[in-house]
Amino acid sequence: MIGVISYLVFFTTVAAILAIAVLGLNLQWGNTGLFNGGVVAFFGAGAYGTLILGGTPQDAHLGGYQLFYPLALLGGMMAAGLMAWVVGVLTLRLRHDYLAIATFGVAVAFENLLRNASGFAGGAQGLRGFQRPLLAWLGDGFTYNLLFLAFVLILLVLVYLFLQRLIRSPFGRLLRAIREDETAAKSLGKNPARIRLISFITGSVIMGLSGGLYGTFYAFISPQDVLPILTFQIWAMLIVGGAGNNRGAVAGAFLIWGAWTASGWALSRFAPLEMQLYTGSVQFVLIGFVIVGMLMWRPQGLFAERLVVSQTGRARQ
Amino acid sequence: MCWVQMAETILSLRGITRDFGPFRAVDDITVGIEKGSITGLIGPNGAGKTTLFNVLCGTLAPTSGTVMLKGSDVTAMPSDRLFAAGLGRTFQIPRPFAKMSVLENVMLAPLAQTGEKLAGPFLRARDMRREEDAIRARAMEVLEFVTLDHLTDQAAGQISGGQMKLLELARVLMGDPDLILLDEPAAGVNPTLTRVLISKIEELNRAGKTFVIIEHDMDFVMQHCAPVIAMAEGRMVFHGSPEEAQNDPLLLEAYLGAAAID
Repeated sequence: MIGVISYLVFFTTVAAILAIAVLGLNLQWGNTGLFNGGVVAFFGAGAYGTLILGGTPQDAHLGGYQLFYPLALLGGMMAAGLMAWVVGVLTLRLRHDYLAIATFGVAVAFENLLRNASGFAGGAQGLRGFQRPLLAWLGDGFTYNLLFLAFVLILLVLVYLFLQRLIRSPFGRLLRAIREDETAAKSLGKNPARIRLISFITGSVIMGLSGGLYGTFYAFISPQDVLPILTFQIWAMLIVGGAGNNRGAVAGAFLIWGAWTASGWALSRFAPLEMQLYTGSVQFVLIGFVIVGMLMWRPQGLFAERLVVSQTGRARQ
Repeated sequence: MCWVQMAETILSLRGITRDFGPFRAVDDITVGIEKGSITGLIGPNGAGKTTLFNVLCGTLAPTSGTVMLKGSDVTAMPSDRLFAAGLGRTFQIPRPFAKMSVLENVMLAPLAQTGEKLAGPFLRARDMRREEDAIRARAMEVLEFVTLDHLTDQAAGQISGGQMKLLELARVLMGDPDLILLDEPAAGVNPTLTRVLISKIEELNRAGKTFVIIEHDMDFVMQHCAPVIAMAEGRMVFHGSPEEAQNDPLLLEAYLGAAAID
């Protein structure tokens, strides 16, 4: 029994961490129409940034500053934001699939850089070691994991509330207008380039937070964690949940992470022994099916975006 | 008539030329748009009307020449800054924000809203809410004026083409521009809505707004626009009253002749 609960805690922690990244992507894609094909780069910048700043002392590469945890997380978010600013300025003129290709390229370059620059962040072996805060006080066990889950859930709720407030405001209206028709928005005195950049950076900072939590949860991050598959998983979560709807984004994260975990378990359990090496690929195929199937048969996702109407007096989603 | 010469010019074009490669789409146009007029811009297909219109809207930079709005140089100024400077425009093919409600479409337009900044909804929430209430009230007024108040909560992509043209006018009015450029407002709109649109344009004109209208429909221009500017092959071939236009041999040849055939 305790095994099941303990696994549930583990599962929920990872799903909630990923849900934060999905919320970040929803701001970029769901609300602003920015096709970020390199989610994992900003997630990774957050993870590496946080572990470099907050991790235990390292030899032969950067890191080990053992910064106070919230500060390290903020640093990771800033690293993601900084990268988004650079990428955003460079790709400001790109739209749709071109932006997707460029950001995908950035993510692949990011992963390759980290894999090879071993003097920077451990290369292929990754960054290992993070002293969990309050460990001496709470002990290394179930209670600790439960409290870490609570911490992640609180952050998820805060990010959710932040974004809900943002997209209900005139700022959100502006994002949607730019998503719908940039030329028309520009003719009404708006500056699409500026707004797109702000949205891109804000979404990436949120992805950075997700990465920072992920890295410190495992006390480990390596180039294996920032492969393109994670970008696709996060996209699948948003598309299944419903782009443009924050509740959908969170629900999609839990659903897809559940399906991913369950399919992995089922494949390892039931696939014939000689096929075991390939079960990972089967999962990749499945995630592709989910994305394409959803786009074909229910493109609005499980939770469709709601029109902001006037009856309530205040805009709602 | 003397008073025509004395009328104030709100927009003046000097030597506007625009080339696309070797092709000269607009050729040395110099003309002033009188403040308070409803100026009609006509010409056969390929005359350069839309190119000229795009130059005025800041979508295209002229190859040479200057555009002055209310006495200041606005040549090649981007459209967002032009809107702030008092020039609003609509599109030939309507561009609604399709997945936003009609009300949201209109509420978007006011400039420099507190809540449009990232920190606005958090640090200046009270100012933002007060502003929103005022913007909503004004948006409702404007929607009522263009007879779309019954569609407030509809998705803008689901209203008719004619209603979209009225919605575009409503959005532009939220910015309170002095000069409004309309690109084929009557094209593809049913006669009832066209009449509504004309009556609204005339009402706004009486209240002091200046209009420049590109229109294919000769009857529309002859009945509702004065003066009329006609273009053919990139050049301005006529500038005068609609009565004069109907008797101008050059114009008859360039435009009415062509229109009579089809």
